[in-house]
Amino acid sequence: MVEFALDHAWLVPLLPALSFLIIVFLTRQFKLLSGLVCVAGMVSAFVIAAYATYGVFTNHEFIEHSLEYSVRWFSLAPGVNVDVGVRLDPVSAMMMLMVTLVSSLIFIYALGYMEGEYGFSAFFSYLSLFGASMLLLVISSNLLEMFVAWELVGLCSYLLIGFYNHKISAREAAKKAFVTCRIADFGLLLGLLSLQIIFGTLNIGELAEKVPHFQQYTSAGVMTIVAVLIFLGPIGKSGQFPLHVWLPDAMEGPTPVSALIHAATMVVAGVYLVARTLFIFDAVPAVAQLIAVTGGFTAIFAASIAVTQRNLKRILAYSTISQLGYMMLALGVMSLSAGMFHLWTHAFFKALMFLCAGSVMHGIASHDDPDAFECGGLLKKMPITGVTFIIGGLAIAGIPPFAGFWSKDEILSVTLHSGHYVLFAMAACTAFLTAFYMWRMIFLVFLRDENPKIHAHESPLVMTGPLMALAVLASAGGLIGTPWANFWGEWIKYGDAHHAPPDYLVMGGSVVLAVAGISLAYYIYVKNLDLAHELARRFRGIHTLLLNKYYVDEIYLWFNHTFVDGAAKLLYLFDIYIVDGVIINGIGAITRETGGGLRIFQTGRLQNYALVFFLGVLAAAVILAMTSGASAASLLGGGVK
Amino acid sequence: MINLPELGIGVTHFVILSTLLFGIGLFGALAKRNAVMVLICIEIMLNAVNINLIAFSKFITPLAFVGQLWAMFVITVAAAEVGVGLAIIIAIYRNKLSIELDDFDWLKW
Repeated sequence: MVEFALDHAWLVPLLPALSFLIIVFLTRQFKLLSGLVCVAGMVSAFVIAAYATYGVFTNHEFIEHSLEYSVRWFSLAPGVNVDVGVRLDPVSAMMMLMVTLVSSLIFIYALGYMEGEYGFSAFFSYLSLFGASMLLLVISSNLLEMFVAWELVGLCSYLLIGFYNHKISAREAAKKAFVTCRIADFGLLLGLLSLQIIFGTLNIGELAEKVPHFQQYTSAGVMTIVAVLIFLGPIGKSGQFPLHVWLPDAMEGPTPVSALIHAATMVVAGVYLVARTLFIFDAVPAVAQLIAVTGGFTAIFAASIAVTQRNLKRILAYSTISQLGYMMLALGVMSLSAGMFHLWTHAFFKALMFLCAGSVMHGIASHDDPDAFECGGLLKKMPITGVTFIIGGLAIAGIPPFAGFWSKDEILSVTLHSGHYVLFAMAACTAFLTAFYMWRMIFLVFLRDENPKIHAHESPLVMTGPLMALAVLASAGGLIGTPWANFWGEWIKYGDAHHAPPDYLVMGGSVVLAVAGISLAYYIYVKNLDLAHELARRFRGIHTLLLNKYYVDEIYLWFNHTFVDGAAKLLYLFDIYIVDGVIINGIGAITRETGGGLRIFQTGRLQNYALVFFLGVLAAAVILAMTSGASAASLLGGGVK
Repeated sequence: MINLPELGIGVTHFVILSTLLFGIGLFGALAKRNAVMVLICIEIMLNAVNINLIAFSKFITPLAFVGQLWAMFVITVAAAEVGVGLAIIIAIYRNKLSIELDDFDWLKW
């Protein structure tokens, strides 16, 4: 079975694609059947992925040199061949396992959440297509294949965000996500094309061999530009500053979509791309520094915004942006294991928290993003949701032994030990803020006194089952990477395995920060809620700035209006006045004026015409007199003597 | 018979006279407003041409009086033309009640 899975790993994206086709063409009318087909596709993909992952991790050769097989896709010119294939190394195997596992759980959850929704079958067909695309992205051996899958997940994101297409906010959010990612993908495409031109291949394995010797192919300056261009793709897809603006609006989509795409899988595609092409950034350290700074800044930027937000899913969205910043930071300091470890644990606890938020929405029978200040004491009414949400909150805050502690701690220690002290400080602040805003939400929603106006009931088992499964994963998922028994670091690494002694100072420090954040949130939001409003009033300037997301959206809108609309207006004026006015109307005017001028001769008067005859004769006579007599004589009919 | 060369009159004098007359007639034909005046000026032009023809005939080929014969034809044609011209003027007058040539601008754009 393991051999079968390893050799047929291409089945993993194919099965969800098949379920997509089945739902679209065969089971449209049968809603429950469509949902079950979708779930079955992903669960079977999970089974194969699990065997394949087991096969990769127990085979030492695959850990050092990956398993790869591919077929020729097309060739543009002799020597320019593009293959598509599967590349299974520990990173891709881990991603494959995580994506199939989390997707299966979320698909099961969606069976309950989307019950009775209009477009049920279409939703599951989009989910299947997304699953297929994401898995293709994860196992692809060739950057062009990955780019195709990249665009496909962007498309699925657009379809799923705009699923409630009767709401104009959803349609706008879908467009915003697609356009923002498109800007980033343009850079990525340029980068990929440059790679193909410079190195002649887009196969990840071949590039990994060629790029460290890039001096033979091109200059350092060009390589830097190529690396920056490639990084532009993850900036958009993974919501780094400044292209993070689409992620909070993407919460317009149904909650399973937010959990799957905008927490666990699609947004980590950018992180995964950087991880796959880390050898490029290793070759140009300046760009690696850029990645680290971008990640660190994004982390603290988004965390600061999340402190003031009121809606559950929006807080979780900013939290996602912040955690993605952490992952980028880790990759930027060249620690593949720390970045991917955080990706792994974040997928579990963030998907868990999003699904819990969806459970809350389902419980209070609302489609809109609930305001945390209006909920209260839901722990009693929705115990399973509450407990699992609290587990997720403990994980993200970084309380041991939950998953988030181990991964966040590893990021902090690699940042510190690689000498990036400012980034370490930013990451530490972000850890404190993360604990604070996450527990602010938990206290407001679950652990306050009850709000009698809210009527909530616990969600059905089809929804709470995945919650419990994810809670187990969020609790135990980090134990494979503890500093004392770092299995993760042995498998997933870039270069040599990082054997560092456990840094108790950083571990202790991060726990202190987490507990401090939780305590502060407890003090303000449970004990003394008026203090929160008082603080908001006192620091109104900062509060408004953070509440309005640093006005980034407004700045972009201004930019758009001034420059894009301005350029459009200029070209419009050019079209009206110059193309229409000068050229077209000008030609017409010339004709008209010439005609007007020549018309004067048409007086209709006989004597004027006679005058013209006379003048003509006069002119002819003068010309004949001027020229030689021979021509005159020949004209007049006489002979030439 | 008058002996013109003894009087010092050569062909040049007659040509100059004919040219002047032609010029006067041409000016009048182009500048006069009254249609009848234009006809008169046309007559002047024709008569100037006649003088020219006869002078050349008399001075250059006195034995072959081609020019004088040609002048007879011109007189005849002129007379016929005047008849037709006056008929046209009367026809126009009947329709437009005017014989000012300036008024006849129907071929104007």
